Amino acid sequence: MNASKLREVLSLGKFAVTAECGPPRGANAEVINKKGTLLKGYVDAVNVTDNQTAIVRMSSIAACSHLIGMGIEPVMQMVTRDRNRIALQSDILGAYSLGIRNILCLSGDHQTFGSEPGAMNVWDIDCMHLIHTVRKMRDEGKDLSGFELNTAPKMFIGAVENPFADPFEFRVLRLAKKVAAGADFIQTQCVFNMERFKEWMRLAYEQGITEKVHILAGVTPLKSARAAKYMATRVAGMSVPDSVIKRMESAPKGKVSDEGFKICLETVHELRKIKGLHGIHIMAIEWEEKVSEIVKAAGLFPR
Amino acid sequence: MIVGEQKPLAEIKDKVSSYSKLLILGCGTCVKTCFAGGEDEVAILASALRLSFRKDDINIKIEELTIERQCEDEFIKEAATAVGRNDAVLSLACGAGVQMIANRFARSPVLPGVNTTFIGVLEKQGLFTEKCLGCGNCMLDIFVGICPISRCSKKLFNGPCGGSQNGKCEVNAEIDCAWQLIIDRSKSFGQMDRLITYIPPKDWRSSQAGGPRKLVREDHII
Repeated sequence: MNASKLREVLSLGKFAVTAECGPPRGANAEVINKKGTLLKGYVDAVNVTDNQTAIVRMSSIAACSHLIGMGIEPVMQMVTRDRNRIALQSDILGAYSLGIRNILCLSGDHQTFGSEPGAMNVWDIDCMHLIHTVRKMRDEGKDLSGFELNTAPKMFIGAVENPFADPFEFRVLRLAKKVAAGADFIQTQCVFNMERFKEWMRLAYEQGITEKVHILAGVTPLKSARAAKYMATRVAGMSVPDSVIKRMESAPKGKVSDEGFKICLETVHELRKIKGLHGIHIMAIEWEEKVSEIVKAAGLFPR
Repeated sequence: MIVGEQKPLAEIKDKVSSYSKLLILGCGTCVKTCFAGGEDEVAILASALRLSFRKDDINIKIEELTIERQCEDEFIKEAATAVGRNDAVLSLACGAGVQMIANRFARSPVLPGVNTTFIGVLEKQGLFTEKCLGCGNCMLDIFVGICPISRCSKKLFNGPCGGSQNGKCEVNAEIDCAWQLIIDRSKSFGQMDRLITYIPPKDWRSSQAGGPRKLVREDHII
């Protein structure tokens, strides 16, 4: 079976590009095919979210499988909110058998934000435990119970970090902890607050963490001033400076999304100068057609 | 203590309306301390129900009684006569108390008048907060005296999630981020380094996940 292409790109020291694909709130794989078509060839791998913001959607594992069918390498996102350690490990084994080679381990958004606010959560294990579990399965060939697996899932292990959440001083410690647990790559929350991101990267670089893990910075093209304000005020752990909101607000009518695109490109340009940063992760939420434009305009095409 | 909150009057009224003789049974321990089911609350609820039923021209006889603890058979015995002369018991105890009453009085319908909410503390006058989930294997030494199992919305063992902002939880700005508190307290001890240690998954068998629990004290068995 094929190995992770994303791992290959990163281990060769190339600047990686990943994007995000949210599965549909329905059972039609056509939505995945459409999004996949827009992304194919422009990115090294495509993250498939796992019931993001706790809204019921097609499972990440199934959507990943559809992408593989199109010749696109997926990064399967897996949250510990909805499944206990039995189901998580079972799905990791199943995912690998379907050809999934990358996993992104998260705790997940709280269910009270989503479509089933009355649901019981699980959190039997946290994201750190999940990273540790996947590494154990891969490197020791054993599941959490110590049982020897006849085929170990050789996953390339990802985790997330949010440099914009509090307490800031702990954010680098937490990054180090995830790396020690087994994270091979890190995707960050969207960067709008460049100053804070640079400070976080500087600390990670100085502590030698960027030598041990590939950090991909999250970027999001803003569609409107409203979206910018929504992210600034309503999305937990996001930092959107006033200057960004102002730029979006003062853009001439009909040119607002162009301004968002411009800000995104400037961000990518700035990010590429940061020591120890190994790639970007484009989260163009329901605006997947913009990804190819960003990649091309940023000079990151062809892949 | 066990913290509880009295059910809304309309709900209670609806539950008891089919009985003509009702005993409101208070409990003098935890629910008394949190003003949900002690002697005073029994009296207030009884008056409110009487008034409300009278307005509707419904005749219900309501008797009041509060015992020391509804979770101990020794005290429950005191209620036997009162239970016997009524059609039903509205217990203002926690869920454990309600079940003890049901267990002892096979022929009396027992209705809960309180929502049992959590194991917590009186933080300040009028504010009770959750502090313990009763997981059966205390880890408060590791977490410097602040429990993320009961106080982090995601039960995280290894640090704050990406939704922690200004010391508050992403779920609700009124919830303190337990991990911010753990970090602050560790810092005041000069023990930030300890937080880098990987805390492995918990064995939840000691918690409710292992099924209903029993605690046997051989030394107390007569």
